[in-house]
Amino acid sequence: MTSCTNNDEPTVDELDGLTKFKEISNTTHTIELYKHMSGLEQGYNEIALKIKDKTTNQYVKDATISWMPVMHMAMMNHSCPKSPVTKVSTDGLVYEGYIVFQMAQNATEYWDLKIDYTINGAAYSMTSVIDVPASTKQKVTTFTGSDNVRYIVAYVDPHHPKVGINDMVVGVWKMQDMMNFPVVDNYKLKIDPRMPSMGNHSSPNNVDATQTLAGDLYNGKLSLTMTGYWKINLQLLNASGTVLKGETITDAVPASSIYFEIEF
Amino acid sequence: MKKFLLFIGMFFLIPTVIIAQEKSIDTITPKDLKEVIVIGKKAQLYQKQAKPLATIDEYLQQSTKVDMIRRGSYAWEPMINNMTTERTLVTIDGMRVFGACTDKMDPITSYVEVSNLSEATIKSGQQGACHGSTIGGSIDLQRNRSGFSDLGWDTSLNTGFETNSKQKIIGSAVNYTEKAFYVDTDFMFRDAENYTDGMGQEVLFSQFRKFNISATSGFAFDKNKLLEGSIIYDKATNVGYPALPMDVSLAEALITSLKYEYVPESSKIENWETKIYYNTITHKMDDTKRPSVPIHMDMPGWSDTFGFYSKAKGVLNNHHFIADLNSFYNRSVAEMTMYPADSNEKLMFMYTWPDVKTVYTALFLEDNIALNCHSSLKFSTSLANHYNQVASELGLESLQIFYPNMKDSKNRILPSISSNYSYDENGFSYGFGLAFGERAPSVSEGYGFYLFNSFDLFDYIGNPELKNENSLEGSVSVGYKTQKWSAKMSASYFHISNYIVGKPDETLIPMTIGASGVKIYTALDYATIFNADLNLEYQFSTDFKWKGQLVYSYGKDFEDQNLPFVSPLRYFSSLDYKNGKFTSEIAVQGNATQTQFSPFYGEDRTPSYAILNFDVGYSFAFEKVKCNLKTGIENIFDTYYSTFSDWNNIPRKGRNFFLNVAFGF
Repeated sequence: MTSCTNNDEPTVDELDGLTKFKEISNTTHTIELYKHMSGLEQGYNEIALKIKDKTTNQYVKDATISWMPVMHMAMMNHSCPKSPVTKVSTDGLVYEGYIVFQMAQNATEYWDLKIDYTINGAAYSMTSVIDVPASTKQKVTTFTGSDNVRYIVAYVDPHHPKVGINDMVVGVWKMQDMMNFPVVDNYKLKIDPRMPSMGNHSSPNNVDATQTLAGDLYNGKLSLTMTGYWKINLQLLNASGTVLKGETITDAVPASSIYFEIEF
Repeated sequence: MKKFLLFIGMFFLIPTVIIAQEKSIDTITPKDLKEVIVIGKKAQLYQKQAKPLATIDEYLQQSTKVDMIRRGSYAWEPMINNMTTERTLVTIDGMRVFGACTDKMDPITSYVEVSNLSEATIKSGQQGACHGSTIGGSIDLQRNRSGFSDLGWDTSLNTGFETNSKQKIIGSAVNYTEKAFYVDTDFMFRDAENYTDGMGQEVLFSQFRKFNISATSGFAFDKNKLLEGSIIYDKATNVGYPALPMDVSLAEALITSLKYEYVPESSKIENWETKIYYNTITHKMDDTKRPSVPIHMDMPGWSDTFGFYSKAKGVLNNHHFIADLNSFYNRSVAEMTMYPADSNEKLMFMYTWPDVKTVYTALFLEDNIALNCHSSLKFSTSLANHYNQVASELGLESLQIFYPNMKDSKNRILPSISSNYSYDENGFSYGFGLAFGERAPSVSEGYGFYLFNSFDLFDYIGNPELKNENSLEGSVSVGYKTQKWSAKMSASYFHISNYIVGKPDETLIPMTIGASGVKIYTALDYATIFNADLNLEYQFSTDFKWKGQLVYSYGKDFEDQNLPFVSPLRYFSSLDYKNGKFTSEIAVQGNATQTQFSPFYGEDRTPSYAILNFDVGYSFAFEKVKCNLKTGIENIFDTYYSTFSDWNNIPRKGRNFFLNVAFGF
């Protein structure tokens, strides 16, 4: 127990390392969108946001927010995996969540983001087209498993891979319908990092990604013996250990049908 | 003062008082067990050496204790008692120098030239522990120095040519001596093209080019104090390694030292020598000249060493003491950058030696007791502290993939103890010794990362958790000498526990394209190595002398499997003729079939071979110019052969004519 009553706690910069990539406005508020490194791209995106009251120019501290990203295709619309939007800290002004864009925009198809929020019981909404270019390396893969379920698997971390053992985070979701993509629980994502340019060299002591808490992302260990281009070959296993998609790497099978790519 | 003979396996005491000051020792001098190969001053050497401008490698392999692993024409790796670099100790005037190549393409003998050296002292097992920890023994390469013997200028010019490989050699030495000052300088340049084997096939990538300059300068003050500075700069470029997948574009060394020597006038201390030294080596492997490589890569390495030693020799009654405090700091870094076929991809980079820092400090003590005028008993002991640190964060994290709990540093204590008894009377001599010593793993064994061994085709991963390797050794020698005869037999037996080797790990996937797998350095329970050699000499008449050598080696691990690089029965025999200014020698050298080979380490059966060499020499004076000519044929019958220590069975040179000429002014 401490009896210290000093209130001069250093304020944590909740936006440390993040950059603003977009502002969306309606008549009452402006929402600023932030992200680690540049803007959104195909794959897993961790997004932070702040709501500014246009009249007071103050940031709103207690809002309840939900969002809905939608892909507008020629024949249909669909959404993608996403998390709820939550406050980073009770006293802070920043809200965050993730969205996994399983596909990129193109000349005729685009994503927009609808944000619904309530402040002191009053409901508001705003929608804007967002820019989701294709990622240079494959960070997300969509496939139909042997159980005929459509899955989305996305690479989350490390953002900055290093030579050595990296803590690896991935996400596994399934398509329930066009608008709902819940997290899949208790599966396993096997990883086999390879360097195709180096005779498909692999690394030892990788740990397959598993989930500790239902609803969470999956954690594993990724060993990288050198810098360069790595293809992380994947296999998705369900709770009973059946391979739903992906192949074991052998001399005859140099790559799996599902994989991520990193280069550093 | 200098000996211009090749002494093989003799109990021999080298006078160690370098300063021209006679010091009468009224006690009996004890014997010291060592073998000295004289490399010596250029001009005089012509009389005794079959090929005076031979490489240092060719000189060293005359010893029955030494074998050379050959990966090409250049930079052979010396083995002592069939043990390679990790288990041996090679020093230059007591200085520690460490090669900068992860693939052992630059043993430190490759950074000196015969023109730099006066002799090589080879000691077996713990006899060689004075300058550092060793298992197999030591070679100390001693620098050439005029001392204060002949005042004035002494210059010489050496040239040589060899037909096979078209090696051109040119060298010079300029020495100047005053009463209290001397400076010795020398220069040597060699340029060789590919050689041809005994079947007339050109061995591609066996060329090399190297030059070496060195200077030593001493200044004496107070008659009994000497300050001496020494520098060697050696640079080899375009060195081919036909047995390896890569060549070397640059191997460069700067080796410097400053020595202070003191001879107290009336004291129990005979001689006290203190030296500080620094050397730096840059080594760059190169695959750009190879016609096809699976992937182009750069593999540079650097090794920097700072060190000192302070060595005092003293006499108290019949005790002859040596105390030597020595220490060094070494930093070894090697990296590998691979260039993907798709040039848009990022470069692949790793540390193969992760900036490993070694700090070593040892105290060595020796007491050689002359029991009577025939026998002596020698005890020596040393205690060393060996500290390793991995300074590169990236390198440390790379190794932590294999050893998640690995710390960045490790400390080891390395003891050594030995005792020797020797007896000498009426030409009959014998000696025996018992010793125990330990060594720390080498940088590659402890911290290497995917080091490709083109011999067994495995990638090797170091193991920072290795225990010290230790050796219990016994040695015996028997000799007999008369006016005409000299015979000496010596044998050593090593029981090496925690014998460090690479062991395949089936679960690992190699990095090198085409490699068979990955081996992790680990330790065998023990291994045993036995060597026995016989040296014979017979002086038929004043003109004719016969020499013979026979070496037997044996090496097995604890499961009775053969160890690699253990020599089959090896022999040498020569008949020397010397009459005034004319010398000639005919010599045969050969190996029996290697039946005890080790497929596990990539060896196969090597057939027997024998080659015949012949040389003639003539010395004459022309005005004031002394001229020495030496010419000869090596491998007269153009035999196609390779030996057990030729990496990947690359063939040796076919017939070779050589001509060495020296002018002394």
